[in-house]
Amino acid sequence: MDKEYVGFAALPNQLHRKSVKKGFDFTLMVAGESGLGKSTLINSLFLTNLYEDRQVPEASARLSQTLTIERRGVEIEERGVKVKLTLVDTPGFGDSVDCSDCWLPVVKFIEEQFEQYLRDESGLNRKNIQDSRVHCCLYFISPFGRGLRPLDVAFLRAVHEKVNIIPVIGKADALLPQETQALKQKIRDQLKEEEIHIYQFPECDSDEDEDFKRQDAEMKESIPFAVVGSCEVVRDGRNRPVRGRRYSWGTVEVENPHHCDFLNLRRMLVQTHLQDLKEVTHDLLYEGYRARCLQSLARPGARDRASRSKLSRQSATEIPLPMVPLADTEKLIREKDEELRRMQEMLEKMQAQMQQSQAQGEQSDAL
Amino acid sequence: MSELVPEPRPKPAVPMKPMSINSNLLGYIGIDTIIEQMRKKTMKTGFDFNIMVVGQSGLGKSTLVNTLFKSQVSRKASSWNREEKIPKTVEIKAIGHVIEEGGVKMKLTVIDTPGFGDQINNENCWEPIEKYINEQYEKFLKEEVNIARKKRIPDTRVHCCLYFISPTGHSVPWSGGSGRVGEDKVALTVLLFLGPSLRPLDLEFMKHLSKVVNIIPVIAKADTMTLEEKCEFKQRVRKELEVNGIEFYPQKEFDEDLEDKTENDKIRQESMPFAVVGSDKEYQVNGKRVLGRKTPWGIIEVENLNHCEFALLRDFVIRTHLQDLKEVTHNIHYETYRAKRLNDNGGLPPVSVDTEESHDSNP
Repeated sequence: MDKEYVGFAALPNQLHRKSVKKGFDFTLMVAGESGLGKSTLINSLFLTNLYEDRQVPEASARLSQTLTIERRGVEIEERGVKVKLTLVDTPGFGDSVDCSDCWLPVVKFIEEQFEQYLRDESGLNRKNIQDSRVHCCLYFISPFGRGLRPLDVAFLRAVHEKVNIIPVIGKADALLPQETQALKQKIRDQLKEEEIHIYQFPECDSDEDEDFKRQDAEMKESIPFAVVGSCEVVRDGRNRPVRGRRYSWGTVEVENPHHCDFLNLRRMLVQTHLQDLKEVTHDLLYEGYRARCLQSLARPGARDRASRSKLSRQSATEIPLPMVPLADTEKLIREKDEELRRMQEMLEKMQAQMQQSQAQGEQSDAL
Repeated sequence: MSELVPEPRPKPAVPMKPMSINSNLLGYIGIDTIIEQMRKKTMKTGFDFNIMVVGQSGLGKSTLVNTLFKSQVSRKASSWNREEKIPKTVEIKAIGHVIEEGGVKMKLTVIDTPGFGDQINNENCWEPIEKYINEQYEKFLKEEVNIARKKRIPDTRVHCCLYFISPTGHSVPWSGGSGRVGEDKVALTVLLFLGPSLRPLDLEFMKHLSKVVNIIPVIAKADTMTLEEKCEFKQRVRKELEVNGIEFYPQKEFDEDLEDKTENDKIRQESMPFAVVGSDKEYQVNGKRVLGRKTPWGIIEVENLNHCEFALLRDFVIRTHLQDLKEVTHNIHYETYRAKRLNDNGGLPPVSVDTEESHDSNP
């Protein structure tokens, strides 16, 4: 047996194997006005035809002007890793003549997912918590405007503290390269001015090589991503089959970095930051929601009585799990804190034991 | 509108046979020179043309107007200028230019409508536009009804309204409509709304204004659509306009004769709405300098009919139907307004002799 080798370097592999077995779930929301190529882009990103059987809902169902939220799920498997992808769509957003408050159903939906998770987390049976929280929101901006429109700003301000936002310029083949740059700069300036927090791609580790760092910086500079989507295969200038759009004056290639930022978006969203998006959702956004929610419950007052009664009403109708009486929420928090402390103590004891056995091992070798 | 009275015919040297059309057999009279005389008069006086552009910001309205008239007649809202904010209500900005070609002077007025369709709540955003159009009719009416009126009434009425349709619109049936919907209309609408088409705002605007002014719908920034997408989109737009009873220019009811009808039918059913691309930059293509947009994947030529329909729009508005646009505005839209005003007032509007304005017809 190797003296210095304890074996927990294999921990990442174990985690990896476990998560491969468990699979990942990821919820992606797409929002923006209709006709900006959202469905086509999703199909291009995940190489599936998620919207194949898209049915236009019955006209009578669309008579009311409220926005609908649609969810569709698909399981994608690649090299043994299973991803259960849930797409949340917001058809009807920005379509009406009067779009006031049309973002409220979206905000309500996101908060409902947080609420569900909070209840599950606080519940008694926590083995199979389904994480239906929205991990990322791709917000589509029109290439025809002069930057963010009032509706865009209103939507982004309503959701930026509740979900990771990645702004995207749809149908970017409407723009010349200099127009794209100008539009991106305008959008970045507007986001800063309106103090909208979009998802910040994390800094790459200091021990990465220069090339990688340069690529990373380039990718960050191209936010918002100007994308073109297509599921059709056409022939490019050199008669090779590529995915693209054919016009009378030329062919736009989806995967050509000189034509659009599709590759960048795919790399950053799917290939490198899927897990980080989930973590930020859990550690930052969800915790923020949880803190706000529990704080408002903990403080006595007329306003809180209203929110308390709201919570209890919902709990009465929706939880299939054994209901947690509201007065016990505080007790629950204390219990959990206790549990956390006990777990921390156990961890410290284990660490101490490991160090001891290591020391003993060294001693026995020295002999 | 100036009307020329034909010169009295000179007495024929030879007594004219009845029902003879070929007068050149008998002697050349010279009636046909009237066309030349009218042309000379028009060249001397010049004529007015007022064109309004309506559509969301960023759809290329100003660029298109500049391209149409091959001069900087419309100041582009400086795209990336940070101080240019979207106005809170629809503004009406009229800018006049005099352009000359082949000895003919045209006083062109471009009426811009910044702020249309850009807000979150765009309800009734067409009202300032309708008000402006009616105000111009009112101005003309007042002048016409004056006792001492000007020889040539200045014409500020809107002759043509280019409505810019975004190439990404989707529709929602009956947004803001009231009342029950018939069964078959539901079925038809479900079929129609399977893809991009007009937005509710487009329909509302055109419904309200097609009875008041000549509307020419135009699909803006058409370089985002492939040929098939363009065809589908145009078909859908035409269908939707038909279903909603919206008549765009050239209106079917105003076709004067068979020739007009066949010509206009072809335009109505095949070419309109024109899918256009505008540009004020020139590039070298095949040894020629052309107006276009240079993308990494090719150059889009504005005047190439394979690329977009700008040339068709230009020919339609300027080269073939300019006079007709003015005539329909005067004979039909203005008359409708006038009749309504007269009926409402139970008589002529109050007559006033304007003393501020100098009349050269005063002896």
